[in-house]
Amino acid sequence: MDDRRTPLARARGLGSAKDGVGHWWTQRLTAIALIPLVVWFAVSLVMLSGADYASVRAWIGSPTVMVLLILTIGIGLHHGQLGLQVVFEDYTDGAWRVFWIVLVKFLAVLFGLAAIVAILRIGFGG
Amino acid sequence: MSVANRPTSRPLSPHLQVYRPQLTSMLSILHRATGIALSVGALYLAIWVICAAAGPRAYAAFQDFNVSILGRIVLGGWLFSAFYHLFNGIRHLFWDAGYGFDLKDAYRSGWIVVVATLIVTVLSWIVGLRLV
Repeated sequence: MDDRRTPLARARGLGSAKDGVGHWWTQRLTAIALIPLVVWFAVSLVMLSGADYASVRAWIGSPTVMVLLILTIGIGLHHGQLGLQVVFEDYTDGAWRVFWIVLVKFLAVLFGLAAIVAILRIGFGG
Repeated sequence: MSVANRPTSRPLSPHLQVYRPQLTSMLSILHRATGIALSVGALYLAIWVICAAAGPRAYAAFQDFNVSILGRIVLGGWLFSAFYHLFNGIRHLFWDAGYGFDLKDAYRSGWIVVVATLIVTVLSWIVGLRLV
């Protein structure tokens, strides 16, 4: 088939939307990473049913859990904001579209950072 | 009023009033719905660790909500959404890799997702409620 792109456009590989496959690919990569993390977290959540304050803190603060929990929340929020961006691109327009997408991205970073600080604080005692 | 601006009274695609829903389209809608729910659920998860770090009073308030009827529905719904989005997400990854596009395969994988979600969700609810 004829490739009607200029050599420069082909080399850049960004397509007509000008941002290439980055969004699509990151959504898949985070999805794959979340498979084991969500299984681990769902099992842990069920096993923590009825646990008291001290045992929940002891669980969160153990080194392995800290790493896995930060990965779960961080990658989960990243995957979520990528997905919500598509939802707003589908159903909203113009300035509102920009507003909602920016709001979602800001909230994801804010809550992600707050959660990471909270987890580290529990683990390192503060 | 120009022709282009005239309100349309003719039936519009996809004829929602006579449209027979299929498993495939319903599961697709549910994937997006559970994805939106889980995005909110991720904030809920962040609030959980923030409350645990903030101290016993904050955590007790969070727990009070969890053991309420509404809290039980939120947690139960969180697990259902997570399992459904997980299983159907794996189905999507197979499609992304180029497998399972035949109509028969799409229906079969769809039913596998439905059954797996129901079994694992009910199982986790039973185990979770027994531990409370």
